[in-house]
Amino acid sequence: MPTPSRYWREIPQRYRLEAGKCKNCGFIAFPPRLVCPRCQSRAFETIILADAGKIVSYTIIRVPPKPFSDQAPYAVGIVDLDDGVRLTGQIVECAFEELKIGKRVKIEFRKVYEEGEAGVIYYGYKFVPE
Amino acid sequence: MRDVAVIGVGMNKWGELWEKSLRQVFTEAALLALDDAGVDKVDSLIVGCMSSGLFVGQEHLSSLLADYLGQVPVPAARVESACASGGLALRMGFIEVASGISDVVLVGGVEKMTDVSGHEATFALGTAADQEYECFHGLTFPGLYALMARAHMEKYGTTREQLAMVAVKNHSNGSLNPLAQYPFKVSIETVLNSVMVADPLRILDCSPITDGAAALVLCPVELAKKFKKPVVRIVASGMATDAIALSSRQDITWIESTYQAAKRAYAMAGKKPEDIDLIEVHDCFTIAEICVMEALGLVEKGKGGQAVQDGLTSLQGKVPVNASGGLKAKGHPVGATGVAQAVEIVKQLRGEAGPRQVKDAKIGLTQNMGGSGGSSVVHIFERD
Amino acid sequence: MEGIIGYGACIPRNRIKVEEIAKVWGADAPSYRKGLLVEEKSVPSPDQDTITMSVEASKCALKRAGIDPKEIGAVYIGSESHPYAVKPSGTVLAEAIGATPEVHTADLEFACKAGTEGMFVALSLVKAGAIKYGLAVGADTSQGAPGDALEYTAAAGAAAYIFGREKVVAEALETYSYTTDTPDFWRREYQYYPQHGGRFTGEPAYFKHITGAAKGIMEKSGLKPADFQYVIFHQPNGKFPFRVGEMLGFAKKQIEPGWLVNKLGNTYSGSSPLGLTATLDISQPGDLILIVSYGSGAGSDAFIFKVTERINEVRDLAPKTRELLEKNKNYLEYGTYAKFRHKIRKAE
Repeated sequence: MPTPSRYWREIPQRYRLEAGKCKNCGFIAFPPRLVCPRCQSRAFETIILADAGKIVSYTIIRVPPKPFSDQAPYAVGIVDLDDGVRLTGQIVECAFEELKIGKRVKIEFRKVYEEGEAGVIYYGYKFVPE
Repeated sequence: MRDVAVIGVGMNKWGELWEKSLRQVFTEAALLALDDAGVDKVDSLIVGCMSSGLFVGQEHLSSLLADYLGQVPVPAARVESACASGGLALRMGFIEVASGISDVVLVGGVEKMTDVSGHEATFALGTAADQEYECFHGLTFPGLYALMARAHMEKYGTTREQLAMVAVKNHSNGSLNPLAQYPFKVSIETVLNSVMVADPLRILDCSPITDGAAALVLCPVELAKKFKKPVVRIVASGMATDAIALSSRQDITWIESTYQAAKRAYAMAGKKPEDIDLIEVHDCFTIAEICVMEALGLVEKGKGGQAVQDGLTSLQGKVPVNASGGLKAKGHPVGATGVAQAVEIVKQLRGEAGPRQVKDAKIGLTQNMGGSGGSSVVHIFERD
Repeated sequence: MEGIIGYGACIPRNRIKVEEIAKVWGADAPSYRKGLLVEEKSVPSPDQDTITMSVEASKCALKRAGIDPKEIGAVYIGSESHPYAVKPSGTVLAEAIGATPEVHTADLEFACKAGTEGMFVALSLVKAGAIKYGLAVGADTSQGAPGDALEYTAAAGAAAYIFGREKVVAEALETYSYTTDTPDFWRREYQYYPQHGGRFTGEPAYFKHITGAAKGIMEKSGLKPADFQYVIFHQPNGKFPFRVGEMLGFAKKQIEPGWLVNKLGNTYSGSSPLGLTATLDISQPGDLILIVSYGSGAGSDAFIFKVTERINEVRDLAPKTRELLEKNKNYLEYGTYAKFRHKIRKAE
């Protein structure tokens, strides 16, 4: 699980959904990267991802990793954002029976987890029903 | 390029080996392979191991294991590609022999997973996934494959029962394998009623945590004829990568890296899927076996579940898959798996598989995979 | 003239009814309902806190303000439930909305009036010409001790305001603060739940300071209760706002649009600020609005706003407060509520 520096480094992505758009072919890299995997170009511009999309697939984690033990069971899914980028994240405020492939969701800023009572609190994006 | 043969195989009994350290587990299997080949000294050692650092706090395995095997100052390397570490080690060994750099190469795979708590083991396995964009959100390994399973079920109508049938088949085969971690049968009901891990996958859809090792001795074919066992050639080695995050894939129901690795292997061997007599695939989860069957071209896309149901891949079927019991019943000491798959195929092609023997096995294929399909290694073997 | 250029709200979706809480403690639900004039309250999900709600409310405020967040010169979160004892909440908010690094940030606290404190400071900086835009949020995930009267009302929510000089939605005509040292409600460091002075929290605390601030601002501005379309008072329970309104000479219908507590509970630093967002949602150009907060300890901040034509252009750009209050509700029973609010002691 992240160290303060590893968490902090991804803040533009975790808080603001900053991505890199290839100036040559339009591929959107999230997180941003140095080389376009599609056209090998090195020129990118910063863009912000769309804030809503539809569920591609989902699961309910019942055997969680330790930092998430208080949260289980929780739903995690892959969402196709309206700009074509796919994100993985928890799906919350939705009864498990209502989860389905194709359901529309939007992004909200939430606590992802915290390192016990004394550690850093990690914030990021999650999905809620639209 | 020279033709490469496997002249020795070795594997110990897999399970929770409390009494044995990593170095001991590895050395035992390696000695079995050396004895099987009738070789005392090797020109090179390649070891596949995913995460000895996280599991037992030990890196620098190349030298440690070369020393414990009594082979120092042999050149040695440890390779890693998550759960495909073993397959990758085999590929590296194959390349050394084929290129002429080394004659006799020992390829080994090992993982010692039980010296840490379940949570720590889960964390170590999670390092095969994208730490910052998958694990950070609470996704686990079973969770990743559960996402693939649900999408596969929605897109192709694959059923929960068909997934369970993979586990039933592999346990049935595993019950005939004295080295397997769980050498017993299970019924569909038992699988379907086992505790849910990540919907829709249950505990019996998942491969276990295991300690174990496996090893092979490779040499050029001309040399092989001097050794005692029937010559089995490695006629192809194919490897391919893909983005490790599942969300980066175009189609999460399809394992592109396996398709690409297999394409390269088939081309190298001059073979087609129909030519293969038996296969050892990476069934880390039941859905994985189904997706891999499709990516290998055994069946059409989406038809994997039905094929399992129809018995295409049972021990008596047209193309037995995982005669060894697969990862599910045999166990999955991560770095060892890819090597153990080859051990099984070689034994089968030599006619040494006992009650698991597939009749007239002449051409076999192994498929080893890392993470949720971020890397795949495919090898094809042929009996002389 | 400076004023509000954008506003937004965030209310969690979970609710728990007064009956559900009363059942567990063997209390008489109808008398709590009647005595407090509260039916249900909001409950934050375990992954919501003062920071996350502030971010969501601020995003709504930004949608209405239509400005570049990089031009925000100050970001303040006022709360009595900041997630960290030491490490600012405001910096997370400033990063999340893209206002960093050229921005002033501070976390404020003053019991339930920390929200309006932030508003006072942000507005004053804009007025002084020191910054172009200022963002102030009042947010809380207040805790009530199990079985205590406060458990029926302690709720969660956030309201965000962006202040500026151009494209003003509601001009800030006047401000006034009334402060004394009055120990009516407090929480010592390392204590999990607050304590309070029972009936002492009424007349010498809530009523004295709200009437003091309200009378002070009306005198300063030369306005009378009848001049205002709407008034919002801090809402610790359903009755106090109407009683203080009556004491001051306001009518029920001036109070009702901003009166959320019966369905929301007391969102502490979010209380009167959320009432103001709900009022702005239904206001018309030219309306005069008075808001008077109250924070234990004690003090009240008062503001007079005059709604402009621009309200018609912005009100629909983000969810309305009553919509957030009424839609997508998820009712909890006490066990889940206690788990969500960390009231259950677990092993280390």
